[in-house]
Amino acid sequence: MRSYLVLRVVSKLLMPFILLFALYVQFHGDFGPGGGFQAGVIFASAFILYALIFGVKDAGAVLPRGILRFGIAMGVLLYAGVGVFNLLVGGNFLDYNVMAKDPTLGQHLGIWLVELGVGLTVASVMVTIFFTFAGHRYRPQ
Amino acid sequence: MVAHFPALLVIIPLIGAPICMLVRVRDWSWAVATICTWASFAISWLLLQQVISDGSISYQMGGWAPPIGIEYRIDMANAFVMLIVTGIGSVIMPYARESVRAEYGVRRVYFFYTSYLLCFCGLLGVAATGDAFNLFVFLEINSLATYVLVGMGKDRRALTAAYQYLVLGTIGATFIVIGIGLLYAETGTLNMYDLADRIEKVGASRTIGAAFAFLVVGISLKLALFPLHLWLPNAYTYAPSMVSAFLAATATKVAVYVLLRFLFSVFNIELTFDVLPLDYIFAALAVIAMFAASTVAIFQENLKRMLAYSSVAQIGYIVLGISLHNAAGVTASVLHLFNHAIIKGGMFLALGCIVYRLGTVNIHHLQGIGRRMPLTTAALVTGGLGLIGVPLTAGFVSKWYLVIAAIEKGWWPLGLLVLLSSLLAVVYVWRIVEVAYMKPVPENAEQVEEAPSSLLFPTFILIGASIYFGIDTDLPLDAAIETAKQLTGNGE
Amino acid sequence: MFLEYFNYWIVVFLMMAGFYIVIAHDNLIKKIVGLNIFQASVFVLYISFGKITGGTAPIIAEGFSVYSNPLPHVLILTAIVVGVATTALGLALVVRINEAYGTIEDDEIHKADEEED
Repeated sequence: MRSYLVLRVVSKLLMPFILLFALYVQFHGDFGPGGGFQAGVIFASAFILYALIFGVKDAGAVLPRGILRFGIAMGVLLYAGVGVFNLLVGGNFLDYNVMAKDPTLGQHLGIWLVELGVGLTVASVMVTIFFTFAGHRYRPQ
Repeated sequence: MVAHFPALLVIIPLIGAPICMLVRVRDWSWAVATICTWASFAISWLLLQQVISDGSISYQMGGWAPPIGIEYRIDMANAFVMLIVTGIGSVIMPYARESVRAEYGVRRVYFFYTSYLLCFCGLLGVAATGDAFNLFVFLEINSLATYVLVGMGKDRRALTAAYQYLVLGTIGATFIVIGIGLLYAETGTLNMYDLADRIEKVGASRTIGAAFAFLVVGISLKLALFPLHLWLPNAYTYAPSMVSAFLAATATKVAVYVLLRFLFSVFNIELTFDVLPLDYIFAALAVIAMFAASTVAIFQENLKRMLAYSSVAQIGYIVLGISLHNAAGVTASVLHLFNHAIIKGGMFLALGCIVYRLGTVNIHHLQGIGRRMPLTTAALVTGGLGLIGVPLTAGFVSKWYLVIAAIEKGWWPLGLLVLLSSLLAVVYVWRIVEVAYMKPVPENAEQVEEAPSSLLFPTFILIGASIYFGIDTDLPLDAAIETAKQLTGNGE
Repeated sequence: MFLEYFNYWIVVFLMMAGFYIVIAHDNLIKKIVGLNIFQASVFVLYISFGKITGGTAPIIAEGFSVYSNPLPHVLILTAIVVGVATTALGLALVVRINEAYGTIEDDEIHKADEEED
């Protein structure tokens, strides 16, 4: 699809806006519909658009497998790490009240970090799933 | 830190899984998985001691008080099931190192241990939680990891087995979600103990009845109760050997725990067994499972498939104990949970040793194996004796309690049926004994030696435990009696 | 009565349609599609429970006092994620089955399995 001029130009124009919108949805989860999962999927869709137009190989050069695997693991570890940090500081598991001096600020910080972890993992997983299916070479046995 | 044990028990494998994914040096992922499972076993043992001495423990996730927050309530049933799961998961780890490395090669084992830790974490989460939707989430974490593990078998039929398990398991989980949703719509809460109070006030309305039906069918699908067991034989046969052992010993047991929790704690015992005729339905299905599955097991040529059908029959015994719903019946069920887990786990591990050396478990290729691999076959046959229920094995104790429970309820024909179906178990165990010991070794058979000690050692731990707990029944019997008292008595 | 409970009629229709597709069709991908439709009906069921008459979206805003119940929305987000993961896993298995058997029709796969062992 790389030879179609309209597709190429429009997708290149749109990609930054899609990524920006994904970040908006991620960080406005407490004030409007949004949060980690939705933002992760929108973030991944930008890379999937790129892969659809320019090919999986070029998209794989932007996001190599190692980075994606690292993203998946780091998101889960961030979430669990926030919980364990709360345990060590004195509250129950995932008790955000103890994360900062003021409980409300602690709740904000806790939810922000946790949603960041979720968004990171979901974006990496969605891109990995697409690259796995699209880049799969049929090898009959 | 001691106060946080309920959360730590579930979180340690959950942290271990992404670490396994990142660690790809040789088989250090095996080391991470072993540390996580052994730590969980230690924590669950300490938790059990705490519950025995102090009573139920309640842990609030996130500091929010129930019923608004998610609560992990550990009482005797929870603690015992978590001990079984972590125990089997830890004993299998030394076995896994050699077995998985032989089947996958060192470079890809990290995928295996990541899925294994996620499955393990899901099972513990299902057992620990006191919130209905949280139970569904952990059940799905566990199920998805299980589909991956089953699909990793070497035979291409492992893929179709995993797919069939996926479709049926997802339908079961969706039924559970519908049941939980209907309960939430009627009562407005998701916390299991709050649900129990509110359901008692509401009584048997149509919504509660529909929720009950959906929940029981969904859980029965995960449990492999008789007509809904179709996924089990294929999944156990074609999965890798360690996965078969782990699943046979833990997945259905945790589903039995979920059934006990919903039937006895959430829906109180009068609603379940007096208003709705669940005891007759479960008793009928259990008896059919016991006889039909044992009969099918007799005619199987693949030993793993024979043990899989035998598992369906043993689950029939467990559900029979639940259907009797007196203290002795629930004691028998919980006791058989423990005993079947160690017996079946040990037998599947022994079969894995045979696969490791011979590459097949077809009964026609195993002639004279009692002479070629004496220790492994001894373990297999001893486990088989436990399945039959010979005195001095663990299987005898649970069947004894089951027959006593049937007589106490006044349904003594059921006790007779239990004994008759044990005779069927004699037939298929005798088939193994006959081929292993009484057929001569064929001339063109390859030279095989005994399985390596890292594979034999966990097998003997589990089979030895089945003999030990048949003689000294203190730990499982006391735990089972206490569980039954808490579940059938005045509830919580 | 039909218009009042319109949501729930749709739930029943989708649930039965999805379940029928899973049971009746042999093509493995169609079964996954049926599973998705089945799960979608459950989402509609939950959200319909959560709606309170006259309530607005459960986000605090000026001038509104009645909000719909936010808990079913959160539950459904989780269930949607579970459904996506299940679909991805099912499709990955179908790709591997296609490589191993050369077909994705259930009856042909059964025949190949029976001939094997």
